[in-house]
Amino acid sequence: MTAAATLPRPLDVASIRGDFPILSRKVHGRDLVYLDSANTSQKPTAVLDAMDRYYRQSNANIHRATHLLSEEATRAYEGARETARRFVNARSTREIVFVRGTTEAINLVASGFTWKHVKEGDEILVSGLEHHSNIVPWQILCERTGAALRVIPIDDAGDLILEEAERLISPRTRLVAVSHVSNALGTINPVREIIRLAHAQGVPVLVDGAQAAPHLAIDVQDLDADFYAFSGHKMCGPTGIGVLYGKEAWLEKLPPYQGGGDMIASVTFEKTTYNALPYRFEAGTANIAGGVGLAAAMDYLLGVGLDRIAAHEHELLVYGTERLQAISGVRLVGTARQKAGVLSFLLGDVHPHDIGTVLDQEGIAIRTGQHCAQPVMDRYGIGATARASFALYNTREDIDALVRGLAKVQELFS
Amino acid sequence: MSDLRELYQEVILHHNKSPRNFGTLEDANRRADGHNPLCGDRLSLGLKVVDGRIEDVRFSGSGCAISKASASLMTEAVKGRKAEEADALFHRFHELLTGPPDVKVDGKELGKLAVFAGVREFPVRVKCATLAWHTLEAALAGGETASTETP
Repeated sequence: MTAAATLPRPLDVASIRGDFPILSRKVHGRDLVYLDSANTSQKPTAVLDAMDRYYRQSNANIHRATHLLSEEATRAYEGARETARRFVNARSTREIVFVRGTTEAINLVASGFTWKHVKEGDEILVSGLEHHSNIVPWQILCERTGAALRVIPIDDAGDLILEEAERLISPRTRLVAVSHVSNALGTINPVREIIRLAHAQGVPVLVDGAQAAPHLAIDVQDLDADFYAFSGHKMCGPTGIGVLYGKEAWLEKLPPYQGGGDMIASVTFEKTTYNALPYRFEAGTANIAGGVGLAAAMDYLLGVGLDRIAAHEHELLVYGTERLQAISGVRLVGTARQKAGVLSFLLGDVHPHDIGTVLDQEGIAIRTGQHCAQPVMDRYGIGATARASFALYNTREDIDALVRGLAKVQELFS
Repeated sequence: MSDLRELYQEVILHHNKSPRNFGTLEDANRRADGHNPLCGDRLSLGLKVVDGRIEDVRFSGSGCAISKASASLMTEAVKGRKAEEADALFHRFHELLTGPPDVKVDGKELGKLAVFAGVREFPVRVKCATLAWHTLEAALAGGETASTETP
């Protein structure tokens, strides 16, 4: 969001769109207008080819066999870990745990904290902007430990109230779990500030970076995050793979998450010794092709440049906000000071589900509903919103198509 | 727009705007809440059942045009009917929404409910059209809640 200061070179969006084969397909006879990337992103040829090449050329199990294919597969998977380390600027690959996605990453940490570090009377602090995946694992922890869940409230614009965060972080707080970017509203949270406040009280912070990873340059050392979780599929990578970054000192303290092969150093019926980091948290055969695809996605995003992507999406956000606000009957939900490319909105008294169906007939894909963030909807006293979300491959023309589509919605429901 | 007009028939748009039997039934002796967690739609249904006959029915809540119109038209269709008749009607209504395209459902028995035939082409919207009916079933069975995810 510091785009204006540095003015990165604009993206060649036409060329980027050429990298995403799905963008040239038709939907109900119309050109696809994909505005649902906060849900899941599309995949560039580089990712599809890397996974295809892996399965065709190098497929084997990793970390165990002596043959060449296994060596290649291991190199590819551990290479992916190094790419992920570079992507978030972790100190070491020991701090990069591969998981199924952000949800599993949060569950891993919550499960570890359940067995260690949390007891009755303690508190876990989340924010009012969280996705269900950053609420429910902590509720389960609270049920099992007798700890209490506290919530940093948001204001009408969708900004976290930082003074409340400061007030709520106490000696009882065992962990703060907060999203970097809100999936429902697009708010970019002041995570660096929250981490500073928490650390001042000796409290660790987990950042849910699922919505940040595809849009912002992430530096876990600069943020000083204790845990940072994100998913491959939202950042142009495949589904079923994601990353939990954890400071080595914290990961060392957590008990294993699942037992099985690969996470052990030695096993007898009397005693098992666990493997070193990060393997201790990676039981069973990994999603190797997923790791390979994720690395290709990270290389792709780094190649384009996260600063340029952020600037491009910000420009779309400004344009989209203006165009939508100009439509009579549109109410934007979430107008935070700093936002990523998300436009959550209502249109008169037309239900978002009906908006979604009409737009789909025009080839326009958006998300409608609660966005797995029912507490956010409750905060605004609404059942659901329509949400258009952007990625690096979106254009002003996509937004123009959305605006034309909304005119059709109004025509039908007038 | 032709497919959309199939889905959003005039009758449906009309009932969405001006739903019938909307509100709370004060002397209800059966109640149930319906919830579609996928889209957040919520519906409360109150019934007055005397000797197995639905004497009165009202609904309230929020939802999309399909779910609201379906609830509205359902209240008109079941008022005065016996519980078993309402069950049978739901069965035929469900066939209308989910049956294979080549199987014709007798529209005569369904009356106005036949306007939902277009929903068949929009499988993700079937649950919108059936939410009120699932809630009715729950109320008649003496339950308190119905969800489209646990039919």
